[in-house]
Amino acid sequence: MLKLDSKDTRLFLIVIAMTLLAPFILNPFPEGSNLAQFNAGYPDLMQRFVIFGIFAIGFNLLFGLTGYLSFGHAAFLGVGSYASIWMMKLLTVNVIPAMFASVIVSGLFALVVGYVCLRRSGIYFSILTLAFAQMSFALAYSVLTPLTGGETGLQLKAADPRILDFGAAEGSIGRASFFGIDMRASMELPVGSWLFTLNFGYYLAAFVMLIAFYVSIRIFRSPFGMMLRAVKSNQNRLNYTGVSTKPYTLAVFVISGMYAGLAGGLLVAMDTQVGPERMFWTASGEVVLMTILGGAGTLIGPVLGAGFIKYMENIVSKINSKTLEAWFGFLPDGLEDALITIVYPFVGKGWHLTLGIMFMLVVIFLPGGLVEGGKRIGGWLTGKGRKSKTDGGQEATASTPAE
Amino acid sequence: MSGFKMNRRGLLKSGAVMGAGLAMPTVFAGRLAADGHAFTNAPTGGTVTLGFNVPQSGPYADEGADELRAYQLAVEHLNGEGDGGMMSTFSSKALNGTGIMGKKVEFVTGDTQTKSDAARASAKSMIEKDGAVMITGGSSSGVAVAVQALCQEAGVIFMAGLTHSNDTTGKDRKANGFRHFFNSYMSGAALAPVLKNAYGTDRNAYHLTADYNWGYTTEQAVKESTEAMGWNTVNTVLTPLAATDFSAYITPVLQSDADVLVLNHYGGNMVNSLTNAVQFGLRDRIVNGKNFEIIVPLYSRLMAKGAGANVKGIFGSTNWHWSLQDEGSQAFVKSFGTKYGFPPSQAAHTCYVQAMLYADAVERAGSFNPCAVVEALEGFEFDGMGNGPTLYRAEDHQCFKDVLVVRGKENPTSEFDLLEIVEVTPVDQVTYAPDHPQFAGGSLGTCNPGA
Repeated sequence: MLKLDSKDTRLFLIVIAMTLLAPFILNPFPEGSNLAQFNAGYPDLMQRFVIFGIFAIGFNLLFGLTGYLSFGHAAFLGVGSYASIWMMKLLTVNVIPAMFASVIVSGLFALVVGYVCLRRSGIYFSILTLAFAQMSFALAYSVLTPLTGGETGLQLKAADPRILDFGAAEGSIGRASFFGIDMRASMELPVGSWLFTLNFGYYLAAFVMLIAFYVSIRIFRSPFGMMLRAVKSNQNRLNYTGVSTKPYTLAVFVISGMYAGLAGGLLVAMDTQVGPERMFWTASGEVVLMTILGGAGTLIGPVLGAGFIKYMENIVSKINSKTLEAWFGFLPDGLEDALITIVYPFVGKGWHLTLGIMFMLVVIFLPGGLVEGGKRIGGWLTGKGRKSKTDGGQEATASTPAE
Repeated sequence: MSGFKMNRRGLLKSGAVMGAGLAMPTVFAGRLAADGHAFTNAPTGGTVTLGFNVPQSGPYADEGADELRAYQLAVEHLNGEGDGGMMSTFSSKALNGTGIMGKKVEFVTGDTQTKSDAARASAKSMIEKDGAVMITGGSSSGVAVAVQALCQEAGVIFMAGLTHSNDTTGKDRKANGFRHFFNSYMSGAALAPVLKNAYGTDRNAYHLTADYNWGYTTEQAVKESTEAMGWNTVNTVLTPLAATDFSAYITPVLQSDADVLVLNHYGGNMVNSLTNAVQFGLRDRIVNGKNFEIIVPLYSRLMAKGAGANVKGIFGSTNWHWSLQDEGSQAFVKSFGTKYGFPPSQAAHTCYVQAMLYADAVERAGSFNPCAVVEALEGFEFDGMGNGPTLYRAEDHQCFKDVLVVRGKENPTSEFDLLEIVEVTPVDQVTYAPDHPQFAGGSLGTCNPGA
């Protein structure tokens, strides 16, 4: 029915199950315990997991399949965000038109950028995309201030026209909604000492992510995807045999840009604010990290990588010396101080350091990313004789080239 | 073909998903009505959680670190540890060192990275995960505006940290947000009379302005105040925020007939542009028979430290300085110095005061409900917090107090003793109407207690 083969179907079902149950899976520790610090099952972070998952899936379509390393993908995320917040300000706070606008506008922008940048490949392509992204950032930050709000960015205001919201009370600030359901609406589900939060915005974003994931599987398995892989393995040969690769690379660049735009639109739908930092080059670098960390060219890898980085950013950065004292409080004083001294540089403001180390470890020991890690563990569990060709489920994706 | 095998399972699955999707709206609607809490994150049990959202990485990490120190000190004092700091000099005596309304104060910290996205993510996790009832901190106006709007939506109180742009309490003001720090307009208004005395009324000013929101409001404020006393503005040039070498912008200054250079720069920008300007010999120049002068509208001790000897004799304004001799300032400097071994920065001061003011407002209101706190803070007059008598104006949630005009010290005695106070501009001179053109276009809206 979904036109997926059995391995992909299984993978897709696993992803569906994981996204639906995320509020439970991500909250393994009871409220109030010392380890509750590591719970990630609150709406904002879960939304980020799936939204950056979409962003990384889209990036992986370009980078994983064609090998073109775009270093300016955050520009599309930003353009999508701006398009979407303007829709909310001008038309309606319903997120559907905003999301469509973000996909269309970023697609058009990607068409322009792609048309120019795809004239070159390799490092030159990367530099060109980076230049475009930095240009967009600079424009949004200062020159286009009337349109983008400059450094302060854009938010919904009481004075917004919102011409399609007829029932809106005069002078009320709009809230992003889905046909009347507030994105922030959530249901708290206490189970024993656990507290699970089921958030509407998250499920909407997760639903969109599942569609995006499905489309990406279909692209991976299509003749179009095969052509993209051919571009990656040897573009010259394709050219010599008379195939023009430009339409294919441009098409996937635009698709990838639309994914980024969709992610940007969703970011706004969940949290109605846009700032230009979203387009800064570090944001572009982040999606590259996500993809490589998870496993470039694999289906599930980018999503895992996105989750991993966002987890580090939001959870590890919040551990402070007080938290550490609570953890190690049971130890004798000297030992406690020593442990805190050792751990402290790696948490809180040191989260970048921890992330860097993890990234190095992954790249050195697991060149295929987290997916390869999963595959190896799967291999150990089921006996070493098992080779990747017979692996099922999540590991199936590894049968696609990992670089 | 294998697709057919999945048919039954797929059908069941999609059926379940759709069912859940359809049921969801009703589920959520039920929750909103049944919710017992009157406001977001009402503290339960014996503790109350505050969220300290400061830049721990990025260009303002130094200030963020100092803010965090101040917050930790404030929490100690609120919980009755340490020497009590400014609690003893504060004119309101509602606080008694037993936490806030008898609840022990706990806190969570986060990293804003001086990016509005990251700041909002971190604030959201404090609100959604840690149950923070108030968010405070930050060292940039973009972040302050972004987090303030978030707190308004979520129904918690936002006590701004270091944010100097007019917009925070101007066009982007919000009912749930409060700012103790001064702003661009006040800098301009405080500096103008001092500049008039020092440099006369017949001057040609040249502005270099950081190309972002805070730069614009500061340039506008200084320009309008100086033009009002007779100065002429020769030119205003925007410089990219990421610029580290300003020589290309300094050269045209030499060729113009300007005799004053105004650097609307902050942080690393200011350190670099001032250093460049001094290296180009601007300060030794004589134009139109007058000594060439440089002005930096917003000073901070951390910046003065970065610019070293170049700040000597250069005027600017600041919110607070540790060398102030009033009782409150001295108490704060003493207790901060005892704990950390060096004097606090103005960022630390404003954050400490904000935390105290919030705690006091809750005590006086007798409730953590954001709307009650807003009511208690609006129009609140206090003293003993280092800036003299201060008013939290109800119309825009901006504090009105004296502004310090400072000058880089000629003979610093230590690495902290870099600025000297030239004048304390009285509050009347820096007061403006809430709908002043530089602040127009905003409205507070109504306070939001959240779910």
